[in-house]
Amino acid sequence: MNTPIRRLSVFSLFLLLVLMLNVTWLQGFQAEAIREDPLNTRKFSERLNEARGPIQIAGENVAYSENISEEGKPARFQRQYTDGGLYTPIVGSFRTYGASGIENTENSLLDGSDDRLAVRNFRDIITGREPEGAQVQLTLNPDVQKAGYEAFAALGGKNGAAVAIEPGTGAILGAVSYPSYDANDVVSITDTEQAVANYTALEEDPRQPLLNRALNERYPPGSTFKVVTAAAAMEYLDAGPDSTQEAPDVLTLGHDLPNATPGGTCNGGEPDTLAHSIQISCNTSFANWAIEVGGAGMAEQATAFGFNPEEELTVPLSVTPSLAPVEEDRNILGRAGIGQSNVEATPLQMAMVAAGVANSGEVMRPYVVDTVRDSDLSVVTQTSPESYSQAISASTAEELTEMMTLVTQQGGSGTNAAIPGMEVAGKTGTAETGTDLTHNWFIGFAPADDPQIAVAVVIEFGGGSGNELAAPIARQMMEAVVL
Amino acid sequence: MSSTSAPEAPTALPPVKRRNAELVLIIFAIGITMAGIALAGINLTGRVPAAMWTVGLTFGALSAAAHVAMRFVAPYADPLILPCTLVLNGIGVAMIWRISAAGVEDIERAGVGMQLVWTAVGLIFCFLIIIFLKDPRVLQRYTYISGLVAIVLLMLPAIPGLGKEVYGARLWIGIGSFTLQPSEFAKIALVIFLASYLMNKRQVLQIVGKPIKIGRFTLIELPRARDMAPILVGWLLAIGMLVLLTDLGTSLLLFGTFLAMLYVATQRSSWVTIGLALFMVGAYVAYLVFWHVQARVNIWINTFDQDVYYQVGGSEQLVKGLIGMAYGGLFGTGLGAGELHSTFASDSDFILATVGEELGLTGLLAILMVLGLLVERGMRMALASTGVFNKLLASGVAFVLAYQVFIVLGGLTRVIPLTGSTTPFMSAGGSALMANWIMVGILLRISDNARRPAPQAIQDEGATQVIRR
Repeated sequence: MNTPIRRLSVFSLFLLLVLMLNVTWLQGFQAEAIREDPLNTRKFSERLNEARGPIQIAGENVAYSENISEEGKPARFQRQYTDGGLYTPIVGSFRTYGASGIENTENSLLDGSDDRLAVRNFRDIITGREPEGAQVQLTLNPDVQKAGYEAFAALGGKNGAAVAIEPGTGAILGAVSYPSYDANDVVSITDTEQAVANYTALEEDPRQPLLNRALNERYPPGSTFKVVTAAAAMEYLDAGPDSTQEAPDVLTLGHDLPNATPGGTCNGGEPDTLAHSIQISCNTSFANWAIEVGGAGMAEQATAFGFNPEEELTVPLSVTPSLAPVEEDRNILGRAGIGQSNVEATPLQMAMVAAGVANSGEVMRPYVVDTVRDSDLSVVTQTSPESYSQAISASTAEELTEMMTLVTQQGGSGTNAAIPGMEVAGKTGTAETGTDLTHNWFIGFAPADDPQIAVAVVIEFGGGSGNELAAPIARQMMEAVVL
Repeated sequence: MSSTSAPEAPTALPPVKRRNAELVLIIFAIGITMAGIALAGINLTGRVPAAMWTVGLTFGALSAAAHVAMRFVAPYADPLILPCTLVLNGIGVAMIWRISAAGVEDIERAGVGMQLVWTAVGLIFCFLIIIFLKDPRVLQRYTYISGLVAIVLLMLPAIPGLGKEVYGARLWIGIGSFTLQPSEFAKIALVIFLASYLMNKRQVLQIVGKPIKIGRFTLIELPRARDMAPILVGWLLAIGMLVLLTDLGTSLLLFGTFLAMLYVATQRSSWVTIGLALFMVGAYVAYLVFWHVQARVNIWINTFDQDVYYQVGGSEQLVKGLIGMAYGGLFGTGLGAGELHSTFASDSDFILATVGEELGLTGLLAILMVLGLLVERGMRMALASTGVFNKLLASGVAFVLAYQVFIVLGGLTRVIPLTGSTTPFMSAGGSALMANWIMVGILLRISDNARRPAPQAIQDEGATQVIRR
């Protein structure tokens, strides 16, 4: 019976050989991929004893690492954040078991492990310097951000978001999400239990302070979407400011669609011009414009502004896609024309619409990371402005701008956004939500003749009008740049 | 016995002792253990810990005592088996010390718990076997008793009041504060039972029933239906273990060992085919019917799925082990510099993952080589020994060692579904250590008998001889 024993011994070796080959594959070839897996929380905790680079806004550190260990002990770095919840939706938090925001997306640069820092790291090893992470400079403008955040805080119990973009470059000047949280509460490395408990409490908070509403929450855009509908009418139907459209006091789309304008009428029931329809935010004419453009044209125009993206937009935080699907049904299409039914947009998306109109029809790709510098302050990467799409022609943009300035002037629907001494282009929105309370929107840019800043503001379940609640916030954010 | 007509290679071993070679290798094993503790201390606090001397020399003394005992009680035993076992045991001790050191404020207060005590107890059992089991063939008498013992040991944890459920697995029994994992001992009883049972029944089981042919090609030679009873009983037991005790590890281990020894006894591959087919069918049905089997398979296939990771009893532990090994890479983080020590069971079921992280691929391959060497020495003893029972016993014990490593590390590295099981000689835990040392005792005894020179006749005349052993 020695033959079967020999075979069994070969089989035993075979079992061990399988193990050897498998661990070789795992530790030799798969190691990198496994370490990059999102389930690997170690890449955060292991960095506690290394100097992580700061995140800066306007040259000031808003997130930085501080050595909290006693003299002579191995270094332990505690991440610190400034300004409470002001920047948290963008900057994020760097916890012992995970990270969010820029802390997460730029992690490899901040902790110094990125390949782009390899040469520097090698030099540090040679010269014996302590390796340090790169510093990340954001495009946010503190004045814009504060104006928006404080305005939301003054509203009290309302949730919402505001985004401001520099139209010519796509640089994000402000990204407010309210409510926010103080990242210092969840990052303590000395009292990790409390930090975890605080984070759990935030996760369970019904107001969702962890949600970045500016980039990751979709709302029906309501009448602010009429800018897109008007753009489609001008691009696809060759309409102009004086082109008229049927504007009955009530339009039957499945069930009745009334006008929300004073007296419930746009032009006494007569056909209304495009310019006047924008100025007073006429529902029935825009529903008819959308029906006349057709589902394909409407979706195509919205896509040109950034809706229905083929691949997810990252700034480098990932942005939830906004939706404006092709509608076949006349009733649904009509309501889509005024930003209801299946149309849903993030605040960033509506800011891109405003910025596109402001920048002669060209939508710039939005970004929030300006430059990355290593610890010697030499530039590692610098974001250069990049075109996202030419959404509309320059002439359409010019005419649309003129019509939108009517909104903030006497007789318009968004007079609260007016800034003394200059023309402001804008559009209000009051979106039905299926509940008693509406979402209140304002999008716009200033100055109208030389746009420096484009904004989009939404108050979740504000229950007021866009002019009443959103326009003042938008004005304060714009004033932070143009005054 | 062999179906091939070619003459077999000689299997007998020359009667040389080579105890000095064993001594050198054992000193090496002690050195590795002490160096491991020293390195871990340096990585943890920057200095050599006193434990290098206290733990290291205690282990060294035990090893030295074992070596000296060998010179007296089993001088002809294989010189590689003891050093291989000791180096694995020593690395295990160093690893357990290192994990314990990471959990205390002052590493001088870190201990290896009961591991050294269990090593001593294991060695004592090992030598009791060597001394008192002069001829393992006496165990043949206890065929059905050992079979019964195996089954009773396996079922003990299921008895209410006696059995203890620890972390969801019902594998322990507790008497007072003393806990025992009887399945570790069951595998020894099972190997003894199979060796003596198969020795008696192998002729019957070798009888070919009806060959099934496709054309002229013989697909499988089926045994007679009436001989199918043993394999059916083994199969039922394995599936029962899987379903009733939710213990996939023991189920795989016992049934695999059963098939391996059945094959050695009968040299009929059809038994293996039938057994595997039965097990596949049984396991598949169990998968369809029982959610805990489905959960295991799901963790195995969708390990890195977020939902699987976060569910209760999900893949978190497995993923942490894999990530630890990924950080280990080719050369490891160095003893004491890894992070896996903080995860659950890092010193018992997951000790090889901890080794993979801190000693890297290199260390893990080295440990597999040592285990391979140990297994192959056991197989070699099976070849060299005389008598069917000894051959079956030695090859069974050797195979159990190899197969258990496959189940543990294969589970950790996703070759097969993860099952809680111990790594021979390395994992923290008394039952496993004792049981494995008992198996080494059996191997050493068989090898000593196999290599001992043939008894010399005192007188060389007449028919009646007085034999001196």
